[in-house]
Amino acid sequence: MSNATALDEATVESAVADALAAIDAAATGAELKAARIAHTGESSPLARLNARIRELAPADKPAAGKLMGAARGRVTAALAARETELERTEQAARLEAERVDVTAAAVRRLPGARHPLTLVREQVEDVFVAMGWEIVEGPELEHEWFNFDALNIDPDHPARSPQDTLFVEPEGAHLVLRTQTSPVQVRSLLERGAPLYVLGPGRVYRTDEIDATHLPVFNQFEGLAVDRGLTMANLRGTLEHLARLLFGDAARIRLRPNFFPFTEPSAEMDVWHPTAKGGARWIEWGGCGMVHPNVLRAAGVDPDEFQGFAFGLGIERTLQFAEGLTDMRDMIEGDVRFARQWGLTGR
Amino acid sequence: MRIPLSWLAEWADLPERSTPEDLHAALVRVGFEEETVHGGDLSGPVVVGEVLEFAEEPQKNGKTIRWCSVRVAPDGQHAADGGEAVRGIVCGARNFLVGDKVVVTLPGTILPGPFPIAARKTYGHVSDGMIASARELGLSDEHEGILRLTELGLDPEVGTDAIRLLGLDDAAVEINVTPDRGYALSIRGIAREYGASTGAAFRDPAAAVQPPDDRDTGAVPVVVDDATPIRGRAGCAVFVTRVVRGIDPAAPAPSWLASRLRLAGIRSISLPVDVTNYVMLELGQPLHGYDLDRLDGGLTVRRAEPGERLTTLDGQERTLHAEDLVIADLGGAVGLAGVMGGDRTELSGVTTDVVIEAANFDPVSIGRTARRHKLPSEASRRFERGVDPAVARAAAERAVRLLVELAGGTADDGQTWYDASVPPVPVLLPEGAVLARTGAAVTEAETRSALTVLGCALAERQEGLVVTPPTWRPDLAATEDLVEEVVRVVGYDRIPSELPVAPPGRGLTRAQRLRRSVGTVLAADGAVEIHSYPLVTPAAQDAFAPGPSMRIANPLDAGAPLLRRSLLPGLLDALRRNRGRGLPDLALAEIGAVFLPEPGGRYGTAELPPIGVRPAADLLARLRDDLPAQPLHVGVVLAGERIGKQPGQVAVPTDWRDAIEAAAAIGAAVGAAVEVRQATPAGFHPGRAAEVLVGGTVVGVAGELHPRLTEDVPGRVAAVEIDLEALIAATPAPPAVRPISPMPAATQDLSLVVATPVPAAEVLAAVREGAGALLEEVALIDDYRGAGLPDGTKSLTFALRFRADDRTLTAAEATAAKESGAALAAARTGAAIRE
Repeated sequence: MSNATALDEATVESAVADALAAIDAAATGAELKAARIAHTGESSPLARLNARIRELAPADKPAAGKLMGAARGRVTAALAARETELERTEQAARLEAERVDVTAAAVRRLPGARHPLTLVREQVEDVFVAMGWEIVEGPELEHEWFNFDALNIDPDHPARSPQDTLFVEPEGAHLVLRTQTSPVQVRSLLERGAPLYVLGPGRVYRTDEIDATHLPVFNQFEGLAVDRGLTMANLRGTLEHLARLLFGDAARIRLRPNFFPFTEPSAEMDVWHPTAKGGARWIEWGGCGMVHPNVLRAAGVDPDEFQGFAFGLGIERTLQFAEGLTDMRDMIEGDVRFARQWGLTGR
Repeated sequence: MRIPLSWLAEWADLPERSTPEDLHAALVRVGFEEETVHGGDLSGPVVVGEVLEFAEEPQKNGKTIRWCSVRVAPDGQHAADGGEAVRGIVCGARNFLVGDKVVVTLPGTILPGPFPIAARKTYGHVSDGMIASARELGLSDEHEGILRLTELGLDPEVGTDAIRLLGLDDAAVEINVTPDRGYALSIRGIAREYGASTGAAFRDPAAAVQPPDDRDTGAVPVVVDDATPIRGRAGCAVFVTRVVRGIDPAAPAPSWLASRLRLAGIRSISLPVDVTNYVMLELGQPLHGYDLDRLDGGLTVRRAEPGERLTTLDGQERTLHAEDLVIADLGGAVGLAGVMGGDRTELSGVTTDVVIEAANFDPVSIGRTARRHKLPSEASRRFERGVDPAVARAAAERAVRLLVELAGGTADDGQTWYDASVPPVPVLLPEGAVLARTGAAVTEAETRSALTVLGCALAERQEGLVVTPPTWRPDLAATEDLVEEVVRVVGYDRIPSELPVAPPGRGLTRAQRLRRSVGTVLAADGAVEIHSYPLVTPAAQDAFAPGPSMRIANPLDAGAPLLRRSLLPGLLDALRRNRGRGLPDLALAEIGAVFLPEPGGRYGTAELPPIGVRPAADLLARLRDDLPAQPLHVGVVLAGERIGKQPGQVAVPTDWRDAIEAAAAIGAAVGAAVEVRQATPAGFHPGRAAEVLVGGTVVGVAGELHPRLTEDVPGRVAAVEIDLEALIAATPAPPAVRPISPMPAATQDLSLVVATPVPAAEVLAAVREGAGALLEEVALIDDYRGAGLPDGTKSLTFALRFRADDRTLTAAEATAAKESGAALAAARTGAAIRE
């Protein structure tokens, strides 16, 4: 073993420079592989320089080792960096070749929609649930007593004739298709008693011929609040709150005297619709009033202790003027183009 | 109810130049909804003219016109339009003579339509105005020839303003009267309401005709004999008769009377009939006139006899019902009381002696008779809603005076007056009652004033006002009724707005939340929600949901009288409608009630408890519960292409898989894992349909519809229908949440060969059960049939994923679990591991 001269720093640097240049020049994975063999392989200048360390005097070995380690580290790092760079470039080319027209993506699902009547119903339900009211339902095929007598409608009232009401066989069983959602008032009072704050949405039946503003089968909301000390002012306040949430802060409620057997006083209710199609105006919305004492009595509630208010609104009618629709028939024909205008969440 | 303005102005102080709109506004305020306006739409120079001469001129079109010389202003004066006093007018009618007074619409007139009149060239002449017919003037439907004023008993000066003469400047407002306010079907009632609304002075027209003294001299003997009152109420409370003799049967109705009747919507018939109608409109008391000579003895008010027949004024012979109240003489029924008279004693063109009847009949009895005979009349409409029992004698007196004055008759001194009416019962209005019920702060003075103006008598008591309602207000029977009246008069706008605070609520119920979830999931999945018609034909019912049906007794469409047992018929109707409109690729959904009576089920009750009382508990329970099940169903139908052909995408037609998928989506929406089982439900393809189950309970059906039922729809139609309530009830509470294992999974595939008819679900269930706790998930990934397999078998391949909670599984452990699964499948289904 001879003590050879120390490693020449310049020679090492030159070998590194050659290696870095070759790595940098490699344009493909194959060229980079060739550069790796040429500059880091067993017969590469750096390998040969490294081999000379063994021949050095022990005192020179640490410095030479450090020098060669740094040199080889720089080359290895450059190789790795260049390798990553080349891979990225190649992937980019590959991905570019995979380019598609995203605007031609296949539609694999038909456009679904909820019915606007359902959406209006849920919207109104939510307004009342937020006030602490609960949602109740009753049967569409109803006993005549709940639909009429319990609501203080005289047995000889003309509305109870087959001209207005659909009766269900057998004759004498006193079954009808409910003509209003009001029977839910009595069912709820019987089941839960007072105080009671409930909204009863549902389907009702009349003998009306179908036209642009009448359907023989349609939907209503029945509102009923029975408590100590409720007044007609509370009725107006409740309806006004609903109107504002549906039609904007400028909405107002107007009450006009009317007659219903199940309320006293009774009122026809108009809503000032500030954003109605064709201009702000009063629109007839429904009937309401203070629950008649006979209705409370039929439900076993003491009218001297409790009083309450009730209202009935047509859902179809609400949808009609809320959206400026001219023909209610669109709501029941099931043409998919109609409901799709509302989509999943409404407008 | 139509109210001519001039008539109202007679009894209430209408401001000068009140318009129909003003009147509507005043009446709406107190609860009379506005309908429309009649008349008042004719203007311009319309004058009385005299035909001086005419020449008849045949025309090429076959008609003969008259070229007339007509004087339209007195000699030496200009006509109302500023033109000549005598002018030429072409007239197509030929029903007049020289010297007749006629109505001439001069140029500048606008007739209802509107039709403007101008001088115009026609049939070779310039016609400088028009001779008008009654119809052109809006007086009647009479259009045979022009109006000759002599027919109305008029002979006015030439040039007279015919608009004023004939009352053509009057208008009537039409309002809707609610059924509780019978009194408002009269000028008397509306004038009072107008006064209440506006504060205008009101004069009671009933008070203006003082009836003779109270003696009942029995001019025409009357017996009231109601053997079978309806609901305990006597059919007749008041019966008044008066006699007028020697009237001129040809006397014409004066134009003011005819004009008001016309505006009120009642046809002028003859003077005596017009008088009875006029008084009815003015006072609200229906009157009936009999020809005294044709009456056989006195009158009896009674119920009809079995099989009794009556020919009414409309010429119809009717068989009467034992509940019908009739007026009869010795020869039998002469009228349906309060509804319509009979033709035997009818007032005719030769009647000279008239019996006037002013009676008060029970609303229920009259209402039933009018409905039974489908004979709503002006009289029955009033009696049904309640007529003032105290106005009968005044009304009879008013009619008598008009007949004497206008037809030249002489009134008998006597009268018949039967009166069993019950005086109104006083009602207490406690102090503060108005505020307590309406929230409106109304003063004591306002309260008293409101009730007084409506005709109530008031007495002060310690506890409040004792209010005696007027005889015409039977609807004022309780405190609440008085509260409404007070607030109605002071104005509903006095009611403030106060949002009440409800006690805290529980939010939507689980069923309500889940129903919304189903709707949203189906829509997100591509279905469009519809609301279909719930009445179906027997054929549709049998096709999809055979079984007992509830039937409408009086259906709108006799062909579709059944309440649906299934949503599918309605969904299919909508499917077809969409297809007809060029929309073939469809997924339609509906959530709605169906009606499912049990075989042999009996529903409803024979009893019908009275109003205002809570029924006894057992009866109440039957009223509440004796109804068929009416569960909410959810249904979906799908047709056409589920996925359309697009770039890089072949068309995917709808088939049974879409129905199964929709069933799974509905289940997922409520938190249920649904299973399916091969089945043959009604209306479905016998080999491509399933029952849908949750936890072993059948909750619905899914699959392809039977092609026979959808022949008009190309391709396959898939459908699912699930009982939403049963589904929610069958859905178990979700299992307790477990921590998830962080250990690695081991996956293996398993291919099993089984006989073709064995359902994949059964094999899968056996594999899952046999593989035990280590199996995390198993899925069917292939169903192979064909080469390499014995005939009549199929190869099912499952992908299995195993995992332990506490360790990394070895391949051997996973394999052993898989083989346990295969073993159980072999035992249960005969499956063999495919080599």
